[in-house]
Amino acid sequence: MRLRTGNALAVQATDLTLAYQQRPVLWDVDLEVPRGVLMAIVGPNGAGKTTLLRTLLGLLRPAAGEVLVFGRSYLEQRGLVAYVPQRGSVDWDFPTTALDVVTMGTYGSLGWVKRPGASERSRATAALEQVGMQDYADRQISQLSGGQQQRVFLARALVQDAEIYLMDEPFQGVDATTERAIVDLLRALRTAGKTVVAVHHDLQTVAEYFDQVTLLNVRRIAAGPVDEVFTEENLRLTYGGRVAGIGGRANATPLDMLA
Amino acid sequence: MTSAQIDVLLVAVVVAAACAIPGTFLVLRRMAMMSDAISHTVLLGIVLAFFVVADLNSPVLILGAALVGLLTVVLVEMVSRTGLVREDTAIGLVFPALFSIAVILISSLAGNVHLDSDVVLLGEIAFAPFNRFAPFGVDLGPIALWVMGAILVVNLAGASLFFKELKLATFDPALAAALGFSPALVHYGLMAVVSVTAVGAFDAVGSILVVALMIGPPAAAYLLTDRLPRMLGLSVVIGAASAVGGYWLARLLDASIAGSMATVVGIAFILVLFLAPQRGLVATARRRRRQRWTFARQMLLIHLATHEGTPTEADESRPDHMQRHMRWPPEFANRVVHTATERGLIDLENDQLRLTAAGREAARQAALR
Repeated sequence: MRLRTGNALAVQATDLTLAYQQRPVLWDVDLEVPRGVLMAIVGPNGAGKTTLLRTLLGLLRPAAGEVLVFGRSYLEQRGLVAYVPQRGSVDWDFPTTALDVVTMGTYGSLGWVKRPGASERSRATAALEQVGMQDYADRQISQLSGGQQQRVFLARALVQDAEIYLMDEPFQGVDATTERAIVDLLRALRTAGKTVVAVHHDLQTVAEYFDQVTLLNVRRIAAGPVDEVFTEENLRLTYGGRVAGIGGRANATPLDMLA
Repeated sequence: MTSAQIDVLLVAVVVAAACAIPGTFLVLRRMAMMSDAISHTVLLGIVLAFFVVADLNSPVLILGAALVGLLTVVLVEMVSRTGLVREDTAIGLVFPALFSIAVILISSLAGNVHLDSDVVLLGEIAFAPFNRFAPFGVDLGPIALWVMGAILVVNLAGASLFFKELKLATFDPALAAALGFSPALVHYGLMAVVSVTAVGAFDAVGSILVVALMIGPPAAAYLLTDRLPRMLGLSVVIGAASAVGGYWLARLLDASIAGSMATVVGIAFILVLFLAPQRGLVATARRRRRQRWTFARQMLLIHLATHEGTPTEADESRPDHMQRHMRWPPEFANRVVHTATERGLIDLENDQLRLTAAGREAARQAALR
């Protein structure tokens, strides 16, 4: 199967609506991600951020709406998309090594039955090196720290050699070294022309780490370049009264509001 | 040993090995109790298939069993997906329902057929040698050995062909789905294999002991290794060894072979639970103890380093001060001081504890972390 990128948007979702037992989680959400940008998805707990990612990946079926990856359906373009789930979504006591987890990223290109060989393992080793984890290749994964586990997940996405990287809270609970490593990695991906969409929790670093932001709270509140849409007004609309210290100061920046 | 004894042993080893393979994945998927449910409900499949073909040796029985095994999984998922009962409760509701239908059918309609609920529950491996596979009058050994041998081959082939899919779908089903490997297909495939294995095995060891062979060896192997291929291999070895051990225990006690096999599985697990080199209870307790002493020693060194060269030093570094300051019982404090002295970290002179150069360095290292 030939994968096409063309000139279309990297990810284009239109009118996504998704409900768990009649309770809407995403309501008519549009998402346009141009190629080669780092986009943060920001919103309060229960805003549907993870649900949006999982819908983009075809893991959840929306009640309405469609998702296009470079102008075609996800099923056709699966090989262009890599996924970094939340660290807590798997059992880290599973009997396997860091290198083996990274090698799982190559399974998509292998297809059914075929086993990973020397070339898959060397790609996985290279990806581990890229995130500074080469010395931990043979460690059982429960012996890694949270930040190291997150880097293993990133390496697993890198080894997929995708065009689009969908990440669910890559910065969640990581140490400073890992945070630095992830930021460097995001920038390297952007330089290579890749597209990243990441669910992000830390409002203070949105402007520093990302080019674009989508503010989500069941509905899409705003989306676009960070300096245009990451405003106090939009944050207030997204978080309601739930951002500490909101309101009062006329010219407060988003960072002030969090202080 | 007579040839009948060798037959029984062979059947036992093959049953145990065949059970250990799907069992490993059940344990890792936290679905151990599903094996209990399936190993009972397959009886319904056998009974229903028997009514269709009226032949207890027909392979259709295995097909019926596999289908009812899958039905069990589907029903459990349907009941728990209502969100009104938890999954373990759903298992507790579905499996007795299907099993009791089977028991009623056997007792009321098939009373004169050799389908006896005692044999179903407990099995009778000792009869295995009497049921021979003899096409055209050539004796090729017990039927049970052929049936279980075929199931073992299927399980081995399945686990090795789909090893990567089973591993991925077990460790990270979301990634499996995103990469285009259907985790649902893997899930139901595994459940079908569990069902077929349970049918084959319960003829020999009964439906209750199937659970012991599916769950016990993998649970022990999980404590012995942190590599999946090794866990599979160790499960097979532990299962097979327990089968052999159980056979001899049964002869020694003149008791049920199946019961003895399950007992030995249990003993093997308990031994591993205590004695596993890294994760066993003994190793864990020893590690904890060692850490407690190391930590106490570090506390002492850091305390001495903090007060070194200060006006209160003389007061702070008296051995009896440690007992009060660290709230250590006198014996414990003496032992900490003793081991630290022995290692050349501190010296005791004029009732004062003093750090040696090595002790000062150790304190610095400990404080850094």
